[in-house]
Amino acid sequence: MGDTWIARKISLSPRVVFPNKILPFLLVAPQLAITLVFFYWPAGQALYQSMLRQDPFGLRTKFVWFANFRKVLADPAYLNSIKVTVVFSLATAIVAMCVALLLAVMAEKAVRGKGLYRTLLIWPYAVAPAIAGMLWLFLFNPSIGSLAYLLRSLGIAWDPLLNGTHAMILLVSAAAWKQISYNFLFFVAGLQAVPKTLIEAAAMDGAGETKRFWTIVFPLLAPTTFFLLVVNTVYALFDTFGIVHAVTGGGPGKTTETLVYKVYNDGFVNLILGDSAAQSVILMAIVIALTAIQFRYVERKVHYG
Amino acid sequence: MIGQSPLRTFTAHAVLILGILIVAFPIYYTFVASTHTLQTILRPPLPLLPGGQLWNNYSEALFGGIGRIGGVSVGQLLLNTTIMALGVAVGKIFISILSAYAIVFFRFPLRMTFFWLIFITLMLPVEVRILPTYKVMVDLGMIDTYAGLIIPLIASATATLLFRQFFMTIPGELVEAARVDGAGPWRFFFDILLPLSRTNIAALFVILFIYGWTQYLWPLLVTNSNDMNTIVIALRKMVSFADADTEWHLVMVTAMLAIVPPILVVVLMQRWFVRGLVESEK
Repeated sequence: MGDTWIARKISLSPRVVFPNKILPFLLVAPQLAITLVFFYWPAGQALYQSMLRQDPFGLRTKFVWFANFRKVLADPAYLNSIKVTVVFSLATAIVAMCVALLLAVMAEKAVRGKGLYRTLLIWPYAVAPAIAGMLWLFLFNPSIGSLAYLLRSLGIAWDPLLNGTHAMILLVSAAAWKQISYNFLFFVAGLQAVPKTLIEAAAMDGAGETKRFWTIVFPLLAPTTFFLLVVNTVYALFDTFGIVHAVTGGGPGKTTETLVYKVYNDGFVNLILGDSAAQSVILMAIVIALTAIQFRYVERKVHYG
Repeated sequence: MIGQSPLRTFTAHAVLILGILIVAFPIYYTFVASTHTLQTILRPPLPLLPGGQLWNNYSEALFGGIGRIGGVSVGQLLLNTTIMALGVAVGKIFISILSAYAIVFFRFPLRMTFFWLIFITLMLPVEVRILPTYKVMVDLGMIDTYAGLIIPLIASATATLLFRQFFMTIPGELVEAARVDGAGPWRFFFDILLPLSRTNIAALFVILFIYGWTQYLWPLLVTNSNDMNTIVIALRKMVSFADADTEWHLVMVTAMLAIVPPILVVVLMQRWFVRGLVESEK
């Protein structure tokens, strides 16, 4: 488990330490103070509020145990939002990773100009997700978008402002576009770690290039791929709030309302506090699960080198 | 190296160039749009080459005010965003290097409790505690302040874990030698630890600067007044597809100004950026 991994790491820390007794407390104090005030206190409040319910006038508050959770999980709008989130996250992760893997493999082959290609491919990392969304919306919006114009002249009735599927395609494209550079860098690092001797041996045994990739390189990339899958899922779940908020606002007709957007909308815009808090707690559980998966994976990597 | 047929090499270059076109096109086209008049932008398709309005559009956005966001100039927005990005990057590095130092080089009661308290914040991103955190900000009077934009974001486990991991690779003999020579903890920190951490700090700085610059949800929550907005939030306020009076040429200039500074940081500090990214996440 993760605990034993961390315990093992800690036993490696230098035994030689400074004898001061007060100083270390002062050193951790700033981070601890901020952590308690802005992380633990609000998270505790979210937990507490998730079990409260206010009457419609906000005059009385009642402790209702898990009723809010039951209400949220039975709500068709919430179930829809789960579906939207799963579709959006999977599509974003798969598109971003496939494109990045293809480019990384090609960059490995192109001996010349590798550095230049890398420089030209890492730009989007620096673009805020919300801006990425707005740039794509500028290109593809039905009234002034030049690429939307192109699509229409090809006979496609493209309208992401009215058609939910089109809106989802636009969001996935923008979100995946921004993430390509990140995945590209990790796949390049992963490919460089594949031993050249293995590939040469396979080539001598007569394995063609495509076969070499799928039987040797791809399996050896598995740890990188799995790591990126987790990171991309977390990215699609949380960091893309800006894209949804800036591009579609959850619409048209809730077809792009992701879980994080719904927490924001219910709590901040519609002011349904109990429901929003219950949704926050559900999200917290998802993050904890994903972090646990990530750390289990790290542990495995430590064991098997 | 196994020999490749020229055709394969050609394919590789072709795919890469296509990839670069896809990656660069939205940014290039934004630049093109930022050099045309509003009238040209409103009549698609937009030309593929820049127009002649570069100077007019940029000076209007930078020094004039923009109507839709209460007459605030893009210069003010850039200042806000720079303060926030620098504040987050420097603040995070500062507090996490101190706490990692304490956790690795000292032994004190509750040491592991503190470590776990910091570690668990990995699992509490702002998205899962939006409303209560907003309430804390209101209670502390931190809405519409730089402190409000920066301080709650500077506590995070990632930087602390990274420094801790690095500090643990420093041999105990070094500490011993420093102590024998009569160096106290501060002397050791400034003369040995800090110089050794230089590349780690540079790598982390690039990542955190980008992180601070591209924040969305947090500035959306804690800034109400237009002149405290970051450039990303202001851009969102400037765009409206519902009504016709969006000043697209200014929107495009603002978008360019919002993406160029972090792109420059990434490209110019590429070496540290790639290192920081690949190492800090592993």
